[in-house]
Formats: sequence, structure tokens, C-alpha cells
Amino acid sequence: MTTRENILNAISSNQPNLVPLPIIYRTEVIKYHDNYIQFKSVLESIGGKVELINNLTMLEENIKVDKVNNIFIINTITAIGEVSVPLDKLTGLELEKLEKVYIKGCLGVAENGAVWISENQMKNRLLPFICQHLILIINKEDIVATMHDAYDKIDVAQNGFGVFIAGPSKTADIEQSLVIGAHGARSATVYVVE
Amino acid sequence: MTAKHAALAEKFIADEPRINWHDETLWFVREKRDKAAHGLPEWEQLREWGSQIKNHTLSNLSNYLKEFEEKAKANGIFVHWAQDGAEHNKIIHQIIQKHKIQKIVKSKSMLTEECHLNEYLQQHNIEVVDTDLGERIVQFRKEPPSHIVLPAIHLKKEDVSETFHQHLGTEKGNNDPQYLTEAARQHLRNKFVESDLAITGVNFAVAETGGFVVCTNEGNADMGAHTAAVHIACMGFEKIIPRAEHLGVFLRLLARSATGQPITTYSSHFQKPRQGQEIHIVIVDNGRSKQLGREDFRNSLKCIRCAACFNTCPVYRRSGGHSYHTAVAGPIGSILNPNLDMKANADLPFASTLCGSCSNVCPVKINIHEQLWKWRQVIIAEGYADASKKIAMTAMAFLFSKPKVYRLAGKMGRTIMQVFPFLTNNKWNVWYKQREMPEPPKESFRDWYLKNGKINKNE
Repeated sequence: MTTRENILNAISSNQPNLVPLPIIYRTEVIKYHDNYIQFKSVLESIGGKVELINNLTMLEENIKVDKVNNIFIINTITAIGEVSVPLDKLTGLELEKLEKVYIKGCLGVAENGAVWISENQMKNRLLPFICQHLILIINKEDIVATMHDAYDKIDVAQNGFGVFIAGPSKTADIEQSLVIGAHGARSATVYVVE
Repeated sequence: MTAKHAALAEKFIADEPRINWHDETLWFVREKRDKAAHGLPEWEQLREWGSQIKNHTLSNLSNYLKEFEEKAKANGIFVHWAQDGAEHNKIIHQIIQKHKIQKIVKSKSMLTEECHLNEYLQQHNIEVVDTDLGERIVQFRKEPPSHIVLPAIHLKKEDVSETFHQHLGTEKGNNDPQYLTEAARQHLRNKFVESDLAITGVNFAVAETGGFVVCTNEGNADMGAHTAAVHIACMGFEKIIPRAEHLGVFLRLLARSATGQPITTYSSHFQKPRQGQEIHIVIVDNGRSKQLGREDFRNSLKCIRCAACFNTCPVYRRSGGHSYHTAVAGPIGSILNPNLDMKANADLPFASTLCGSCSNVCPVKINIHEQLWKWRQVIIAEGYADASKKIAMTAMAFLFSKPKVYRLAGKMGRTIMQVFPFLTNNKWNVWYKQREMPEPPKESFRDWYLKNGKINKNE
């Protein structure tokens, strides 16, 4: 018998009798008066920045200025500027000095300040992690109350990779002192488009 | 015999200010957990859902594992099965040999600690770089992690500063956590971009999709997995959950229970390898199927490794993780480890006050303190208790079953403590260590009741 069969047989003979899955009654789950206000206050409490904007002009301008100043940035959103292709082949070595990256998020979660981005939005899986400063853009109407609502909206199997990101990279491994900027982005800004 | 919990704890508590700091810091994390939990009116319901999903999963585990394997393979992921730690290590070694891999980065995985993967690979002259900051610190110091979420919680910033000065050439005596973290960031960035292989753990594996989720705050799992050409994810088979929607329940519970955060910074959902990359999953048993068959103890397999039971435990906070001499310390470790090796870990279920705080904070409602008590009975019955404990237990059983002898012994005890206090207040009495003996009462409760209880009844 193979290890696989050994393990599965041992589990089958030792597992208890079938018990049902619970029903998750969504009426019992918290709701917020204003999802945006909740999202902003939670994300700012964990080191993120949130800004409400009416249109994308400011972001377009920022990208132009950074490019003129020779700052290494990558934009993945056609609506705010040119997207250089292909991005997916860029390696860690090539992206090591990446300063800023702009990515469109699929949705935001009010209860914890997380933003879901899927592989087709980030183009290259390394981008949201290796950059020094992460800039995410979501629509205000795409902020949901809780993780339950988030999983209703997203299909995790649709792309090869997807991630919830809540604020900048952090650690408290030295004496429980919070330090922002462990291995990932040192700052995370979410622009919420009204 | 290897050192036992009490002896190891004695070493840890020798430095009183440090142990007080350890105790208070972990209690502070527990308080943050409370604050996060109280922020959700449905918290107790959420724990109940988490518990029931896990109960259901354990009751249909073989099917879910088969479903997970099938879906993962369809997604282009290689799935391996390992009976024990040795087989797990061998599988990883073979992948390393096949690809002629030189540079390996690893993010936090308690399973690889349980299997002693680093030591195994080291014996084969293969170096693994731990990339979680806390784990890198303890790796430099050649120590195991002392906590499953906060691996270096037993250390002070001065210790870290000294370690980094030796290994990374940081300024001597610079104890600033910001400065030290920045040094580790620069050092590990080089390791990430050069790496050929990334090893990660798995927080949740979803049967329905064949994908898996890894949670970190630092981003180290992602920095490794998205750079290296090969990614190996190691999981105990109990990490399975039925459907993606259940992640909603568990991701709400995990970080709040662990550190009081609303969610970890990164919750990464791996579904398929990126172009040109290989993903391997190693599914490990290592005693888990046996634990599944122990009715009293199978609930321990519901654990999501949040460490809330560590932070709340009055014994853990004051004895430190290393006193548990196993990869997973704390209350949950004390009910998992006797299953792996009852003799070597016979001391652990006794390293508890049975206060029950662990069970009260557990996000999936494992009856930890009841299992500790049950393990004590199994360990005594199997004959693995200390000789001194056995003698004491036999003597107490004799005493408590004979009321007359008990009363006489009580009377003698009270008299002796009054007349000859040095007979109890000496170094051979373990109850006298770091404690004052209580003032002996003039009479027993029974004597008092015989006098006063009757008077009250007549009134």
C-alpha cells in the first residue's frame, strides 16, 4: 500500500460519524451604518492610508510627475496611465528597487480594512509585495461589510492567485514593538473612488 | 532522561524582571484579543460556527482530502503524502535534489518544526534561511521558537541587538527595534531575490477549490513564493476546510484570536502555479490519524494555531515556551504532544492549573483543559508518571478513602506545623519553594462544623 492509501484508510477508520455543517445565519453578522467610514477607520488604525477621490486625474498626474523624476514605478491600471507589457515576466532581481505600484482592487472589507486583489489585477504576483509603497484603488460601492460578504463576491478559483491586503507590511517580533515595513510594502494607500 | 517542564521552567524564571516582562507582554496580547473579539457582537456565534465546521470536516475528512487532492492536481499542483516527519523531510530533499537547488527560503511553518526539517537538511549540507523576523532571530541563536505566533517572545531587544551585531554586523548596543528590523529587511531581501525554492506552511486548504491560504503580517511567505521557481507548501492533514466561503469564518477568527488584529496584513490564496513555476503540497499525517481515533482527544485536531491559549495560560506566561521542550508549546501542545510520544511528553499535561482559560478563548472551542485532565489519567494508567508522583498519588488515594486516618493525619499536620514549622518549611518540600507555608488553622473545618453547624440548625 502507498503512503497515501495508508493515511486515507487510517483516517476513514478513525474519523467520527458524520455531523452536518452549520448554517451561517447572516442576520447574526455585524452590519455597519457606513461601510466606507468603518473601512477607513480600521485601515488607518492598522497603519494604512485612505483617501476619498472623485476622479482619477490626481493619480494620473502623480504618475507623470514620478516618471519625470525617474522614480521606478509600475502602473497596472489603464485608466490612470500607460501600462507597460509584459509585466508577468519581471523577476525579483528586476523588481528589487521598485518604488511604487498602482493596482486596482476588486473590493474592500469594512470590518478589517482588507482589499482583495486578484492575479489579473496585479499582473505579476510579486508586485504588491516587493514594492516600497503600495497604492490600491477601489470603488466606494465595492466596500462590503464583512469577510462573508467578500467571499460571496469573489471567486478564489478564478485566478491562479489572489490576496487580501490590509495595510503595510509589519512585524512586532522584537519585544512586541510594532515596526512598519517588515518585508513587504512600507506604506499602503487606498484611494476610494466615489 | 531529558529535562522536564518543571526543571526547564525553573531555569526560565531565574531572571525575575524578565519573566515578569514575559508574563505582562503576553497578557497584553490576550487583552488585545479580548478587545478585538468584543468588537463583534456575533463573536461567540462565530466561534460556534468555526467549531462546527471543524467538527464536520473531521467527520468527513477522508473525502475532503481526496477532493482537495483531485482539485489541486487539476490546478497543476503536485501533491505528496507523508506518513511521518522522516518521510516529509525525504520528499522535500528529493525535490531539492531533482532541481539541484542551492538557495532556500522558508516562512513560518510549525509543521516543519515538528518534523525537524531544518536539522535534517543541515545534515545533508543544505542551508535553509528562515525569513519570518522572529524565526530568523532564533535561527541565528540556534534556538527553537518559543511561541508559534511570536517565535522570539522569550528574548529582549538587547538579545536581538547582540545577535544581529554578530551575524549581520549591526551597530553594537543599538537596540532600536526599527533599526534592527530594517537590518533584517535588507539582509533577507537579498535572500528572497536569490532564492530557488520557497517553503511555506499552510493555514487553510480548501477541498472545494484545491487551493490553499497562507497568512502573514510581514509578507515573507509571498516574497519567497513569488520569487522562487519552486514552492513547497507543507500541511498537516487537519488544515482542510470544505469550502472557500468557510474562509470567511476562519479568517475572521484567526488574527483576532492570535494578536487582536482584525486580519493579518496578507491572506494569500494560492490556486495555481504561475507560469514556469512548480507548486508542491506535502500532506502529513505524523500521528494525526491516531489522534483522530482517540475519541477524547480528536478535538485537538480542530486547532488553527492562533496561540490564544498560550497567551492566556498562567503557566505558559510564567514558564516560557522552551520549558515545553516540543515544537508546539502551550496548552494545545500539551494535548497534541502526548499523542506523538507519551513517555517523552508525560510531564506536559501536568504543566497546567486546569483553570480552563484556554478553552474559553479557543476560537474553535477545543475543550483543552478537559483534555489535559484526561491525558493525566491516561498517562497515570499507562505508567508514565514520575515515581514521586505515583507514590504521592497512592498515598493520597489511601488517605482520602479512609476518613478516620484522614482526620488523624490532618490533626497531626496542624500540630506539627505549629510546633515544628521547620519540618514543612524546608527545601525538600517543593510547596515551600518560592512560597510561604500557610498559617496552620487551629481546628479543621469538620471540627468547626460539628460545633457551629449544629447550633445554626437548632436556631
